[in-house]
Amino acid sequence: MSKTILTVDDSRTMREMLMLALSEAGFSVVQAEDGVHGLEVLEKETPDVIVTDINMPRMDGFGFIEGVRRHEKHRAVPILVLTTESDGEKKDRARRAGATGWIVKPFNPVKLVDAIRRVAV
Amino acid sequence: MAAIKQTFFQECEEQLVELESGLLRMEDGDDDLETVNAVFRAVHSIKGGAGAFGFDELVEFVHVFETTLDLIRSAKLAATPAVTKTLLRASDVLADLVRAAREGGSADAGAVKVIADELNALLGSAPRSDDDDEKVSVESLEFEPVCISLDSIFDLGDADAPSTQDFILRFKPSAGLYAKANETLRLLRELGRLGEMTVECDISEIPLLTELDPEGAYLSWTIHLTTSVSEQQVREVFEFVEWDCELSVETADIGKLLEALQESLEPQEAPVAPAAVAEPKQTIVSAAPPQQSFAAPSDDHPAAAKAEATKGEGSGSVQATIRVDLDRVDRLINLVGELVINQAMLSQRVSEAGLSRASSVVIGLDELEQLTRDIQDSVMAIRAQPVKPVFQRMSRTVREVASMTGKAVRLVMDGETTEVDKTVVERLTDPLTHMIRNAVDHGIEKAEDRIAAGKPEEGSLRLSAMHRSGRIVIEVADDGAGINRARVRQIAVSKGLIPAEANLTDDEIDNLIFLPGFSTASSVSNISGRGVGMDVVKRAIQALGGRISISSVPGRGSTFSMSLPLTLAVLDGMVVTVGGQTLVVPLTAIIETLQPKKESVHELGSGARVIATRNTFTPLIDVGAVLLYRDEPIEATSQVALLVESESGAKCALLVDAIQGQRQVVIKSLETNYGHVHGIAAATILGDGRVALILDVDAIVARPRADMIVAEMPAAAE
Repeated sequence: MSKTILTVDDSRTMREMLMLALSEAGFSVVQAEDGVHGLEVLEKETPDVIVTDINMPRMDGFGFIEGVRRHEKHRAVPILVLTTESDGEKKDRARRAGATGWIVKPFNPVKLVDAIRRVAV
Repeated sequence: MAAIKQTFFQECEEQLVELESGLLRMEDGDDDLETVNAVFRAVHSIKGGAGAFGFDELVEFVHVFETTLDLIRSAKLAATPAVTKTLLRASDVLADLVRAAREGGSADAGAVKVIADELNALLGSAPRSDDDDEKVSVESLEFEPVCISLDSIFDLGDADAPSTQDFILRFKPSAGLYAKANETLRLLRELGRLGEMTVECDISEIPLLTELDPEGAYLSWTIHLTTSVSEQQVREVFEFVEWDCELSVETADIGKLLEALQESLEPQEAPVAPAAVAEPKQTIVSAAPPQQSFAAPSDDHPAAAKAEATKGEGSGSVQATIRVDLDRVDRLINLVGELVINQAMLSQRVSEAGLSRASSVVIGLDELEQLTRDIQDSVMAIRAQPVKPVFQRMSRTVREVASMTGKAVRLVMDGETTEVDKTVVERLTDPLTHMIRNAVDHGIEKAEDRIAAGKPEEGSLRLSAMHRSGRIVIEVADDGAGINRARVRQIAVSKGLIPAEANLTDDEIDNLIFLPGFSTASSVSNISGRGVGMDVVKRAIQALGGRISISSVPGRGSTFSMSLPLTLAVLDGMVVTVGGQTLVVPLTAIIETLQPKKESVHELGSGARVIATRNTFTPLIDVGAVLLYRDEPIEATSQVALLVESESGAKCALLVDAIQGQRQVVIKSLETNYGHVHGIAAATILGDGRVALILDVDAIVARPRADMIVAEMPAAAE
C-alpha cells in the first residue's frame, strides 16, 4: 500500500520536481500551494508525511507546521521542511514550530526518499 | 526532467514579473511587509529551481540578490530610492541571466559584476548580521549527507569483515521528540539498517498510571550496534532529533561489549533482531494514547483508514486556476466557431422558410443565437490574458533608454489588467518596445530643456490599455516636446516622400512619420533607430488587424494610439461577390470603397489599368481575373472598387462585382484543410454553409505584374 505524501510549495517547479521524485519512488502525492491551501487539503486528506517549503505567500511554512501540530488528527504526522543549505536559523525555527526533520535544497531524489523513509513508518 | 525545466523557466518569467512589479511598488514608497516578502519570495523561488538544475552563474547572483532583500525584509537595510533603483537594475540583470540559462548562452559578465558589486556594497553598508556566526555553529553540527550504500549493509552480515566497529548508544528521548512526530521505533529501524543490533529498553522510569503524563517520555534505550559505517553516519540517524534527546555514542571494545551483552541477556531473552524489537516496545507504549502512531507499524488499521482518503490523487482542494494544453483550447475555439456557423446556417434556413417572426421556432432561434454568442465570448476569454506582462517589460525599456540618454523618465501604467487574446499579447511586445524607445529618445526632452519650458524635470510616459467597443485600445503618451512639424515636413520633402509644395494639415504631417523610409533622427541612433522606423510599427499593428494613429500638441507631448482586435480567431471583413463567388476582404486593409467612373479609369495597354484618385494613379486589379474566376477582365464601371493598402503601404484598387455587407467571420485555416492558394489568406464558412475565401490583400497587391512592365514601355503609354 503506497504511502501518501503531501507537498506544500508555492513554486510550480519545485512541486513538479517533488512529484516526479516521489512518484518514481512509489509514493502517492497530494499537492498544496501554500500554508493556507495545505491546511485546507488536510481537512480531506490524511498524508503519511508532509514535505513543506518555508517561504510561501498567505501562510509560510512555520505557520503551516504550527497549524498542523494544533490539528488533533494530524499532530503526529511527520513534517519535513525544505530548506536552503545556509538556513541554520530557519531550520531551528522550523524545529521549534514542530518540524520532524529537513531536506536540504536543492534536494536530490535519493536524499529526499531517504529522509522520508527515516521519518515514516 | 526536461518538462520540469520548461516549467522552471515559465515560472521564472512569472517570478520576474512579480519581482519587478513589487520593486516598482517599493519605488513608489510602498514599504508594506507583504510587498517586500513577495519580492523576496520571487528571488528565492528562482534560486531554488536554479540550484536544482545546476545553473551556477545564476545561483551565485541570485544568492547575493536574495541576501540583500533579506536585509530589507528584516529591516536591517532601508529601501531608499537609491537602493530600489539598484534592486530594479539587479532584476534586469537577473532576467538576462535567466534568459542566458534558458538559451544556453551567457549573460554580459561585466553588467552582472557591476550590479553584484553594488549589491555587495549594500550588504557591507548594513550592520553585519550575526546570522553568519550562527550559521557556522549550526552547520558545524550538521552532517555531510551521505548516501548509504546497500553494499555496506550486506558487508555487515560478514562478521569477519575487518572494518566493523562496535558502538554502544545510549538514547533518551524527551517529550519534545514525540511532539515533532519523531519516533524512536523509526530511529531504531534506521540504525538496524546499518548493521547488527541489539536493543535494550529501560522502563524503570515509567510512573504509576495515575501520575503518568500521556505526552511524557519515560523510556530510554541502550543499543549495541556492530557496523562498518563511521560514527558520523551512526550519529546521522539522529540528525533530526539531536535537540530532543540525550544521546551518547561510544565505541566499545569487544571485551566490554561482551560484558554488556552478558548483562543484557540476564533480564531478557536473547538478542533481538530489529524487527522483533518493535513488539515489546509496542505493548509498553500503547499505554500512552498520544503516542498511538508509535503503535502503527502493524500497518493495517490506520493504513486502511487512509486508503479511502488517498484514493483521489492530486490536489485535494480549491485551485484557482488550471493549466490546459493550448491545443485543447484551440480545438474548443474551433468547435465554437463551427457552432456559430451552424447557428447562422439554421437562421438562414428558417428565414428562407418564411416563418413568422413571432413563431416559436424563430424565438427559440433568437435565444440560441444569444447563447451561442455568450459561449463564443466565454471561450475567447479562456485565451485572454492581461497585458500586464508586456507592460511590465516596458518599464525595463524605459529604464534602459533613460539611462542611455541621461534623461529622467517616469513610466505610469494604466489598465494593465485589461485582457486580450494571448496571440495578440505576444505580438505586442515589439511594436510597443519601439514606441517606448522612441518616446523616451525623441519625445521627452532633456532635463534642462524641460526646466526651461517650465515642466517638471522628470519626464512622464503613460502607457494605458482599455476596452473600447469590442477592441482594445493601447496608448503611449509622453509629455515631451511634441512632433516638430516643420522638421518632419522638411525631412519628408528632402527624402522625396512628398512634393515640396504639398499643402498638408497638421494631422497629415504627423502621420508622415509612418511612411517607409522616414526617420527624424539625423543619424540612426543606436537606441530607437536600429534601422527600423515607425512604418515597421505600423505594419506590425496592421498585421494584428489593428490601426495606429498619432496626435501631438507642440510643447505638450505626443500620443500614439493603437486599436486592436481582441482576438485573431475572428476577423472583421467586407463580404463581396466576385464572378459569382463570395469572398471576404479584411476590413483593416480597406481605406475606402468607390464606384469607378469612366473618365477616371485609364488603360495602360495589355489590359493593365489604373484609376485616378485624389491626384494619384492607383493600379486597378480585377480580383476575378487574378483568381481565374473569369478569363477576361470586365468593364470597370460596372463594378465596385475597394481601395486597399497592403502591410507594406502599397495601395491598389480591387475590382469586385458587388459588396454584400460587413460582418465578423470565424477564420479557418486553408493550409490545414486544403492547401496553400496564392492570393488567399484563409477561409470561413458562411451562413448558408458555403465556404468563402478570405482574400490575402498583400499577396494580391504584391503579385508579379507582367502587364505593368508592358505598361512602362513608351509605345504603350499614350
